[in-house]
Amino acid sequence: MSHPLTSSKPADTIGQLDKGIAAVEAQPPRIGYVERLRGFGGDGANLRLLVLIAILLAAFGLVIGEQLFSAASLQSMAYQLPELGILSLAMMVTLLSGGINLSVIATANLCALTMAAILTRFVPGSEGAAWVLIQVAALAAGFAVAALIGLVNGFVIAYLRVSPILATLGTMTLVKGISVGTTRGNVISGFPEPIVFIGNGAVLGIPVALLVFAAAALPLAIMLNRTPLGAAIYMIGSNERATRFSGIQTRRVILKVYLISSLLAAVAAIVMMARFNSANASYGESYLLVTILAAVLGGINPMGGFGKVSGLVLALVMLQIISSAFNLLNFSAFLTLAIWGGILIAVAGTTQLRQRLRGG
Amino acid sequence: MAFLELQHISKRFGGVRALEDICLTLEAGEVHCLVGENGSGKSTLIKIISGVQPPEAGGRIVIAGTEHTRLTPVESTRLGVQVIYQDLSLFPNLTVAENIAVSGHLGRPRVVDWRAIDETARSAMARIGVVLDLHARVETLSIADRQLVAICRAMAADARLVIMDEPTASLTRHEVDALLSLVRELKSRNICVVFVSHRLDEVMEVAERVTVLRDGRKVGTYDAAEMDDHRLAVLMTGKEFRYDLRDIDLTGRPVVLEVEGLTRRGEYENVDLRVHEGEILGITGLLGSGRTELALSLFGMNPADSGTIRIAGRPLTMRTNREAIENGVAYVSEDRLTLGLVLDQSISANTVVTVLDRLAGRLGLIDPKRQRETVRRWIQDLGIKVSDPANPVKTLSGGNQQRVVLAKWMATNPRVLILDSPTVGVDISAKDGIYEIVKRLAAEGVAVIMISDEIPEVLFHSHRVLVMRAGRLTGEFRPHRTSEAELRVAVNA
Amino acid sequence: MIDALRRFSHSHEARLLAVVLTLGAVLTTATPSFLTLQNLFDLLTSYAFLGILAAGLLVVLVAGGIDISFTATASVAQYLALSFAKAYGLGWAETFGLAIGTGIACGLLNAWLIESLRISSIIVTIATLNIFYGLLVFVTGGQYIYALPDWFSKGIWWFEFVDADQIPYGVNLQILLLLLAFTATWVLLNRTTIGRQIYALGGNRDAAGRLGFHVFGLNLFVYGYMGFMAGIASLAQAQLAQSVAPTVLVGRELDVLAAVVLGGASLNGGVGTVLGTVLGLALLAVMQNGLVLVGISSYWSQFFVGLVILVSVSSTSLTLRRRAGSAVA
Repeated sequence: MSHPLTSSKPADTIGQLDKGIAAVEAQPPRIGYVERLRGFGGDGANLRLLVLIAILLAAFGLVIGEQLFSAASLQSMAYQLPELGILSLAMMVTLLSGGINLSVIATANLCALTMAAILTRFVPGSEGAAWVLIQVAALAAGFAVAALIGLVNGFVIAYLRVSPILATLGTMTLVKGISVGTTRGNVISGFPEPIVFIGNGAVLGIPVALLVFAAAALPLAIMLNRTPLGAAIYMIGSNERATRFSGIQTRRVILKVYLISSLLAAVAAIVMMARFNSANASYGESYLLVTILAAVLGGINPMGGFGKVSGLVLALVMLQIISSAFNLLNFSAFLTLAIWGGILIAVAGTTQLRQRLRGG
Repeated sequence: MAFLELQHISKRFGGVRALEDICLTLEAGEVHCLVGENGSGKSTLIKIISGVQPPEAGGRIVIAGTEHTRLTPVESTRLGVQVIYQDLSLFPNLTVAENIAVSGHLGRPRVVDWRAIDETARSAMARIGVVLDLHARVETLSIADRQLVAICRAMAADARLVIMDEPTASLTRHEVDALLSLVRELKSRNICVVFVSHRLDEVMEVAERVTVLRDGRKVGTYDAAEMDDHRLAVLMTGKEFRYDLRDIDLTGRPVVLEVEGLTRRGEYENVDLRVHEGEILGITGLLGSGRTELALSLFGMNPADSGTIRIAGRPLTMRTNREAIENGVAYVSEDRLTLGLVLDQSISANTVVTVLDRLAGRLGLIDPKRQRETVRRWIQDLGIKVSDPANPVKTLSGGNQQRVVLAKWMATNPRVLILDSPTVGVDISAKDGIYEIVKRLAAEGVAVIMISDEIPEVLFHSHRVLVMRAGRLTGEFRPHRTSEAELRVAVNA
Repeated sequence: MIDALRRFSHSHEARLLAVVLTLGAVLTTATPSFLTLQNLFDLLTSYAFLGILAAGLLVVLVAGGIDISFTATASVAQYLALSFAKAYGLGWAETFGLAIGTGIACGLLNAWLIESLRISSIIVTIATLNIFYGLLVFVTGGQYIYALPDWFSKGIWWFEFVDADQIPYGVNLQILLLLLAFTATWVLLNRTTIGRQIYALGGNRDAAGRLGFHVFGLNLFVYGYMGFMAGIASLAQAQLAQSVAPTVLVGRELDVLAAVVLGGASLNGGVGTVLGTVLGLALLAVMQNGLVLVGISSYWSQFFVGLVILVSVSSTSLTLRRRAGSAVA
């Protein structure tokens, strides 16, 4: 009590007033253990997904037999997962910040078309260093287009304060409009070998596309978990104003979120065009809502603030297992869609019910 | 004549006793205050009166002579009970008239009679002498006018008892006066008005009786005329609070923050002030006096039109609050729930959000160990009761939440700490802990500005008090030479 | 009256009306083929499908929800109704009854999932979109139906005119259903107590609950109404296309959303009018029509639609902010 302005407490209440502080001293905060456990379990969401995956594997294994676990089957899964995976990452960052990016597919297609146009126009006939340089330049141009779209999205959302769903609905239409307008809906195809290799090659048996996915997911996970930017994204996702009052330049963060999302769409563009050896204004459009489905399934709160890359990866693996198993069973790909939808409702529904039961 | 009588009302939620054997009589045409701290049982009691919750067996509710063991919301409304919640429960997108007559939409689906709606609204407004544009959308109205709409809606439903939850919390003094005269009007029409509050309110001016609740029990019902801040605090908390006031003059110490001729048109004018090392400077004024706007300007979020701000003698122009923080300014907002904390996120994340950049080490990565240590340090230092820092901050009590706010600002190592209504929504018994921390910080050399409209708060816990009125600083007081009444006059003048 | 006019002149609808009229005037002077009865009837016919769905979606948005699944609902309704119509020789009433019934059933399922599981409506309807659509294509194998009942293929044809080139035009099934959809929705929202409860619900859900609104029931109604409109729209579209294709409707849900949002409806609920939705749709229709008429390749029409959406939502946001006028917030 060094300061003279302290309150004097009557004798009978001292014990009560000090109880709070005493309780804290008696019970030192448990930091670390619980936090680490939670970090891995992702609030139980990841654990649930792992259990679901195990159940699915067991069930499909019984029905299909070892064909499900054959090298060919596993490899085909590994080739298919990255496209949807990278697009889902692009969607996820914006969801975490409390937004959404409906323009991911349109962005990926315009990037792919840009790269495809440069590749098909300048690569044939070139050789040596020029041959390499043109390919690098093509990829760079794709990323530049993505960056521009990301900045437009970010500016409209962060500075003009347009709701993300409307802003990206606008850019989605606009960007697709540019793709359709410039190509008249035509396909651009025929890429040099290194590009095709990204989509169809393998290193040590691991598909390059999967490596690209890992190269996108890992830095993103680190960014979200370990950097000031990541921490700010989660905070903004829950309450942007309170985050701004804490001295975070929230508008700049939101701008970066949409920039990152767009650049991830460009990565997806490379994988997509490489796999199909072609680019088009309307490839992969049915993926748009599926990316949201995958993210929510992976435990990402569609209202923002919560979710982990690891959860999304598990959700993608689960979706891929269902899709591959159905393929082996000769079921329609559309049945897969329906099952994905059913699982989304089941998972989101049980999460809500548990929270309500816990909350009383 | 008693309009409503509660007899032996008890209520238990799970294992927790929310209400224990409450007996209470509300007379027709009476203005009654129901006060208690958070968790004292006020809201449960209202829910039982309005039929949202049933009381336990053995309790009786007598309304206008008829006995009920429990009520449903529909019955309670039919009997004339109307609750006006703090959020007013209005429809911002609908017009004044439709809001007032909205209950007419209920029941069997049918064609809307727009003329009848206007008529209902007009007559409800006329009955208590309110004048509003019937066809203005409610979202375009001021808070005070919206409150009038809510009261008119209660009138349109033939209210005999109007319960108002914290009605003056966001009103200016002028608006409070208008509300009070309206309450007198209700009273003259033999309508019973109950104010629910957690503090001694302006509404005491028109109240006849005060009922105090503590821990689910009724402490007693008292004559409002014999109540004052101090006595009410004792009744609400069961504890005695006394503060020693000694005259400490710290104006000789080095000046940390100096403001000269600061003006922002329409908000505040020509503000001059100095805060010294270790000094707690109280600023008090009514809602709308410009106190929060001034604080935000000092925090770089509301740029002034003219004037200078100096910190340790260096003039500053701050374009963002980031710059303010870098220059050692910290700001505890009056709105803890939406601006002070990110309630859904963890205690840990909220504690370090202000210093994320400082926690980042090589490659710009945050070191989790350093983060844990920072969090642990401040949790211990500020005595925050936490079972696990990974829990959402919303799981804490109001007092502990406010300590987390203080923790996140202490982590920035501020030279100037601006506290805007630092104990809003904090129980009286937990307030002391907050004052304790503030005083300790000042003793460590931080210059503190404490803004509050609760006069005892600034009077008992600052070294100097400035009064702000209509955008100007109008007086300086030394607490030990000033009475609460004197200060109140200066604020309301 | 003057009061109401003054209010209207400050509304989103008034600005939209000015834009549409200006655009119309420019096109009328630029090309003689714009302001002809035939062109206008063609426009109405081809936008009927989007328009009917927009009327349904408006009600959902006003109630504070959102629905993405209605294109899948429409596909299911269309397929079911018309394959049964052909197989069992159903008439107008039964066929419409079947399509509408299917639509309502899907809508009620959405509402039930949203309200009982308390999952956000966008997530539920993304899921049900995939479920309805996936199951439909799985069961039908994605087969088109070209063999429609004769009476359906002929459709209806009222007030027939013949233009100078002997091409007939008049009020057809699409235009009739479009007018019915907008009229019904206008009556619902402005003239019935249910419609006013829907506005109130969208404006403040908690307050609606406290005042004794039957929130669950209202949501059943709202999503059911969306399903109802999806059922009607599906038949309008099938009659125009003269075939049923299970895979062509899904993917247009965001176009409908864009039209309703252009019309001033808010995704936060409680705001939106039938007039606004009509004008939002008119803006899209007139603009795309105009681009074609003045000779700009239709490949570019989507680009201009996107531009209009972006400019419109940005300017709305800026106006709202200026009106709120707070630097701090």
